[in-house]
Amino acid sequence: MPPINRRRFLTQSAALGCSAAASPLLTPIALAAAPGEARLVVIVLRGGMDGLDVVRPYGDPDFAALRPKLAADRAKSHDLDGFFAAHPALDRLMPLWSQGQLAFVQAVSTPYRDKRSHFDGQDILEAGTPGLPGTRQDGWLNRLLQSMPDTEAKTAFAIGRDTMRVLSGSAPVANWSPDASLTLGPQTARLLELMYHDDPVFRDTIAEAMDLSGALRSQAASFEPENMMQQMQATQRDMRQNGQEASVASFAAEQLRGATRIAAFSVNGWDTHAKQAQGISRALERISDVILTLRDELGPIWQNTTVMAMTEFGRTVRENGTQGTDHGTGGAMILAGGAIRGGQVFGRWPGLSEGDLYERRDLLPTADVRSYAAWTLRELFGADVANLETSVFPGLSMGDNPRLIL
Amino acid sequence: MQFDPILANARFGLGPSPRHDLPLGAGDLLTEITAPDHQAKAFPIRTFSSFRQDLLVLSDLHKQQRQSDDPQEQEKLRETIRDRRKQLEAQQIAAFRATLSRAVASRFGFRERLMLFWSDHFTAHAKNGVSRSLTAGYVEEAIRPHINGHFADMLKAAVTHPVMLDYLDQNFSAGPNSDAAVKHGRGLNENLAREVIELHTLGVGGAYRQKDVREFARVLAGLRYKHEDGMKFRRYLREPGAKTVLGQRYETPSLQDVHAALEDLARHPDTAHHIARKLAVHFVSDTPDDDLVGHISQAFRKSGGHLPTVYAALLDHPGASGLQPGNIKTPIEFVMSSMRALGATPGHVAELTERQIRQYLSVPLTVMGQRWEQPLGPDGWPEEDDHWITPQGLAARIEWAMMVSYQLRGDLPDPRDFLTDALGPDASGAVRFAATNAETRWEGIGLVLASPAFQRR
Repeated sequence: MPPINRRRFLTQSAALGCSAAASPLLTPIALAAAPGEARLVVIVLRGGMDGLDVVRPYGDPDFAALRPKLAADRAKSHDLDGFFAAHPALDRLMPLWSQGQLAFVQAVSTPYRDKRSHFDGQDILEAGTPGLPGTRQDGWLNRLLQSMPDTEAKTAFAIGRDTMRVLSGSAPVANWSPDASLTLGPQTARLLELMYHDDPVFRDTIAEAMDLSGALRSQAASFEPENMMQQMQATQRDMRQNGQEASVASFAAEQLRGATRIAAFSVNGWDTHAKQAQGISRALERISDVILTLRDELGPIWQNTTVMAMTEFGRTVRENGTQGTDHGTGGAMILAGGAIRGGQVFGRWPGLSEGDLYERRDLLPTADVRSYAAWTLRELFGADVANLETSVFPGLSMGDNPRLIL
Repeated sequence: MQFDPILANARFGLGPSPRHDLPLGAGDLLTEITAPDHQAKAFPIRTFSSFRQDLLVLSDLHKQQRQSDDPQEQEKLRETIRDRRKQLEAQQIAAFRATLSRAVASRFGFRERLMLFWSDHFTAHAKNGVSRSLTAGYVEEAIRPHINGHFADMLKAAVTHPVMLDYLDQNFSAGPNSDAAVKHGRGLNENLAREVIELHTLGVGGAYRQKDVREFARVLAGLRYKHEDGMKFRRYLREPGAKTVLGQRYETPSLQDVHAALEDLARHPDTAHHIARKLAVHFVSDTPDDDLVGHISQAFRKSGGHLPTVYAALLDHPGASGLQPGNIKTPIEFVMSSMRALGATPGHVAELTERQIRQYLSVPLTVMGQRWEQPLGPDGWPEEDDHWITPQGLAARIEWAMMVSYQLRGDLPDPRDFLTDALGPDASGAVRFAATNAETRWEGIGLVLASPAFQRR
């Protein structure tokens, strides 16, 4: 027997008690019309992805000497345009490249410079501000929502355990983690609702939680602590083995097939100071899983979807002494989806000769990563340029449209 | 106003436990603070400073590894580094275990609640490397010794602590006219100065300007921690000349000036108000009445920030104990108070393997929204109730509530007895009905723990 679905119950009682037009739960047309049909998935690649290893500039005469070990497997990498080649671990995404559903942006960064701290770098990336946000915690995706008419809580979904500051702020957003679950026997669910009835905060939240978890777990579960414990452990184990990210992507796809237009989550593990060849391959497998899970599970909606993966900074152009790279500046962005003008590497290449580098060690960023994000929001949701340049990304000059979106 | 022992134990402590007596008055709670700190002795947590040598050795090993050309030697160094890192990383779970033991062993848990409060007020954790696992060692030496002392001493200890200097970027801040600036182009970083004024002392509504932040940053320039010699005021970073912060002059760049400036900030009337309000919001209500805040603030000013006097003002005021349970417990408070209500002992905590601590406690805390020792920013965990009661946050609380009794003890109490242990004899009808009508013991216990009456304090 599935857990009681309180949301459904409330919907039905609302229909009895008031006119259908007044209930937000019963006006799917208004809902669909408001934010349009475009879907955006923002992925924060935490740890500092080495853009030079992911999108390798073999055409640059200095590249091979800077990366004697990391770039040695040129034969296995995937030529993109004669100048850049994709890391060998991206093989499963190459069909998307040929179909124009995969793209990269090279030599971009946030305005963050010099301290190269993950902590600050991610704060700036998610806040979308020119400098450290300080105690201001709201993120640029939330500020976008604040300016969008007719959004509801499920328009944007922050998924997973990491706090997604990029989506946090005063505009309501939905939150769920696929490793959170609510498996209750019918009697317990009933007693819980009874107990929460007179406390509005608990009453409303449990309704939403039962709704979300019921959607997530329709299979009949056994309500014994031992089973629950085993199930929780199994969930943890599955998430470890299949990649927590694939479960997150699957959950995101489920929501994006419904009322959700924006989803945000993290894919971690890019901080490859040592033995980068192994570390980055694992991380690229995970991001491949995420993108392919989204494509497979979104079905026709994939055509309206843009996946935008961003990181807090790139890494040093030279390999270090431990077959890895250290924190740098300019980095890369990964884009995927049926909505993008894929099959190309965007961005202005700064070169890798000593004089071209930032502080003689990092790839020089030739564009603000925020301008690519801003143009994406402009194209997908019709966001106003002035609003993008002052409120969503304060102090940004968007420049020319890079035409990322079809 | 009548003293309600059950409510007071939950509101100011970590809730009732069948293994401990209830407080009979505010004086009982205060005694827990003024008496010697038995819990710290019984369940020790190593201080951050005690690891300085280990951190130095580790950083030297990294250096050797980088400089070595011999693959065999590199491999050997890598293994040594890995082992040493593991030892240090294990400190986090050891300290978490000690923290939980203190929570269940203490009579009321008032001191442990204050630990959570003050370590949140002075939120800091190392940004990189194994030092990230040593946050509890910062709290243990900078916060805990001063919980029953003076605010100014806690402020000085926290602000000049290596972990804080790292967290708020002070280590690389150089006076604009310092040797480091003149010779190496380094400059001032205002981060710590700003947060000390904005978060730790006057509060964002306090009477200060950007110029005060800047001047205070010039006072602080010089503080730097190194594994080699610890925290020192460094000549090459210090800013020559006099500075004026909030009208007070500091003439000679030195650690003495830093301490003097911090003492002056601690004495500022806006600081008294800011701390009073934070205490009232945390312990009583998201919207505390002005009279309560004023009463605490006055005690702060009159006693020169003597914290037991400040707590006494909080406990004595009718506005603090007369209300119905209101604030939502944070996840860690919920976990600790559940363990106490279930009668968990330090023995139970000691029996948990590291893996079980992660699975039963750390992971659920993260899903509840409070990853242990990883608050979002220097302003610490939010106080707002609606931050915690989100769909996945509440679901995580309920799921954990259903499992915890089973995980912590084999012999489950009768839910009706447990109801009295957790909420006292006067629990509401709805909770009593739920506990009585649950199909199994563990569901009955889970429902009591998940009830608004237990979730609020």
